[in-house]
Amino acid sequence: MARTTPSFFRRIGLAFSVLFNAERAAQLQHDEAEDEQPAADASIAPAAEPQPVILRETTPEAALQLLGLLQREARFIDFVQEDVAAYSDADIGAAARVVHEGCRKVLGEHFSIEPVRAESEGSRITLAEGFDAAAVRLTGKVVGKPPFTGSLGHRGWRVTDTRLPKLADGHDASVIAQAEVEL
Amino acid sequence: MSTARYAIGIDLGTTHCALSYVDLEASDGEAAAQQVLHIPQLTGPGSVEDRALLPSFLYLPHADELTAGDLSLPWTAAQDYAVGEFARSRGAATPIRLVASAKSWLCHAGVDRRADILPAEAPDEVARISPLTASVRYLSHLRAAWNAAHPDSPFDAQDITVTIPASFDPAARELTAEAAQAAGYPHITLLEEPQAALYSWIQRSAGQWRKEVKRGDLILVIDVGGGTTDLSLIAVLERDGNLELHRVAVGEHILLGGDNMDLALAYAVTRKLAAQGTRLDPWQTRALAHACRAAKEALLSDPTLDTVPVVVPSRGSKLIGGSIRTEVSRDELGATLVEGFFPEVAVTEQPISRARGALTQLGLPYAQDAAITRHLAAFLTRQLGATAELDGFAEQPADSQFLHPTAVLFNGGVLKSELISARVLDLLNTWLEADGAPPARLLGGADLDLAVARGAAYYGYVRRGRGVRIRGGTARAYYVGVESAMPAIPGMEPPLEALCLAPFGMEEGSEAALPAQEFGLVVGEPVRFRFFGSSVRRQDEVGTLLDFWTDDELQELEEIEATLPAEGRRPGDIVRVKLHARVTETGTLELEALPVDGSARWKVQFDVRGDGSAAGDDAQAGVTAD
Repeated sequence: MARTTPSFFRRIGLAFSVLFNAERAAQLQHDEAEDEQPAADASIAPAAEPQPVILRETTPEAALQLLGLLQREARFIDFVQEDVAAYSDADIGAAARVVHEGCRKVLGEHFSIEPVRAESEGSRITLAEGFDAAAVRLTGKVVGKPPFTGSLGHRGWRVTDTRLPKLADGHDASVIAQAEVEL
Repeated sequence: MSTARYAIGIDLGTTHCALSYVDLEASDGEAAAQQVLHIPQLTGPGSVEDRALLPSFLYLPHADELTAGDLSLPWTAAQDYAVGEFARSRGAATPIRLVASAKSWLCHAGVDRRADILPAEAPDEVARISPLTASVRYLSHLRAAWNAAHPDSPFDAQDITVTIPASFDPAARELTAEAAQAAGYPHITLLEEPQAALYSWIQRSAGQWRKEVKRGDLILVIDVGGGTTDLSLIAVLERDGNLELHRVAVGEHILLGGDNMDLALAYAVTRKLAAQGTRLDPWQTRALAHACRAAKEALLSDPTLDTVPVVVPSRGSKLIGGSIRTEVSRDELGATLVEGFFPEVAVTEQPISRARGALTQLGLPYAQDAAITRHLAAFLTRQLGATAELDGFAEQPADSQFLHPTAVLFNGGVLKSELISARVLDLLNTWLEADGAPPARLLGGADLDLAVARGAAYYGYVRRGRGVRIRGGTARAYYVGVESAMPAIPGMEPPLEALCLAPFGMEEGSEAALPAQEFGLVVGEPVRFRFFGSSVRRQDEVGTLLDFWTDDELQELEEIEATLPAEGRRPGDIVRVKLHARVTETGTLELEALPVDGSARWKVQFDVRGDGSAAGDDAQAGVTAD
């Protein structure tokens, strides 16, 4: 029992570390290693049957809104829906400028985006125990225990603020571009 | 007013409005706690976003054009028009329903500003609104946005400053104050935009401004906004060891700004495309103007770029096949923008009148000479004597051709570009060098987009005695035209004399002396007077009678009108009155007709176009017993 519990608690601790933070997880591990009868996990530990996980349904409204913004500012839907095979790179390049400039504007206006890691790509970094596995993805020879040292392949991006327009009640967000009729 | 928690500053611009505020409780000395309100506005049908700027556009949609709720704002669902970003973008495709540049119309003496005339090109079916109403709606939107964000500090209990161009005449100032009143604003104060820009610079310097300017400095503020160019001169004086700022001169009203420059560039590119055989339809032309603005900004901000590609997207859903590609080169930008609007001219050059080109839009009296540098030269030349009476100012050398500024402050988005600001500063310094004067230095660190709103809020703060104030009062002396008494000569109008009613530099809340001259007014009939202003005659006192002046000295403004109500008198009787001027606390000029027996006061109206139409009659009815 004394040999198996640490690895069990270790896993619980890791799960918590994702939800909270490394310090909290370490603290938890420490407390529970001392107390051989952990009360907090009593309800989870004996459960033989895995509980069904309820996955969240995302609402399509915000996604539709974003598509609408990308179409309005960047002609995004027009660009992607078009068959590019028939056109020269120069033609596609010209259109891509419209799309790029507009997408940039949408991102700039509606999101604050910053890299997950501040280090430059290619540099070697060390991930301490309890690192945020939701924000950092390990690849390659993933063995052993933290701290892990490796080379930063991509800095990652994190949205720190989202500012989507507020919608009036009953507004139909599924029309992401109105048909235009000139009178 | 003394219980206000915030000092609010509102920049009611030709193309954008902004609102900034200082928390009076959290501010101390020169450290003012200041923020900019993000203004909720429609950005698409049924979609509301917060933006730092509220575009000054108003869209009047067709009844079937939008669905229910498309115009809803956080504070109302009952509005049948749109203000802000959505109005601008929707109106670009349907200009007959778009009200733009309402502020330029508000100071356009050639039209009745209370009459429903906008959009000027609207067909009869569209219910037009007046320039005054448009301004009321922008101001109301800002008030509602504030109240939505600060439910505990209602707008009406705050200290409010609204900015106006320094060149606004008494009628335009009064209309702005009237618009604020109609929008439900409590007492407001008007502040000239170039002064607001300088206040903002002072505030941002956090006390350092005292080290950057010294006694005897003359600061030239050049404010090139979206629709207007505004010039002011502010002198630095010293009294009891403290620096004091005095606004000594303001320029003419010049309807010329960044929008004209964008249009000019788009026009140049359109011509280039036409030469290559590509013709653009109106929709593409607007898209091109948009793309050119982006290209302009890219070229102006990055000196290493030589050309910037410009793509006019197709209107239909085929983006790749239907787009038109061209480019804007640095040379074209230089030729159109820098040489077109900021040419290297001699300081002796005057703005020229010539046939109007691409800049004309029906109705508004745009500046005929697009060269801002020529307007600047004329301003400095005309104001040669502006500092002659100031204490601590070295006398200008006798052979000076123009007034020599020692420092320059820029304001407005156009001057964010180093290319343009450097051209203006270099040219000014070339003029100074030729006149044997030291070069002027640039006062840096200003936020050129939001400075006016910020400065206005800061002004509300310093008015409570917590910072330096710019003094100056009215920037003009005002005169009423009097026909001189002489024997009638057939075929010749009697010569006109100008009687000074309000001297130069009247401060807010002050009254001019009562002139000795009397006028006979006919009871019940409107009587009109010719009205003049001078930005250079600083010595004239109330009662000074001019029998000769040059066009440069006195500019004729709109006629003013006095109507004596018939109550208690017989229509047709003649009452002897004196004309009396005062400047209100708000900052507007008021003229009153006072009967010699002192029994009443009647307001004399500015803005009397429309021959006493409905709105005019209402406003004239107010008689206040004295």
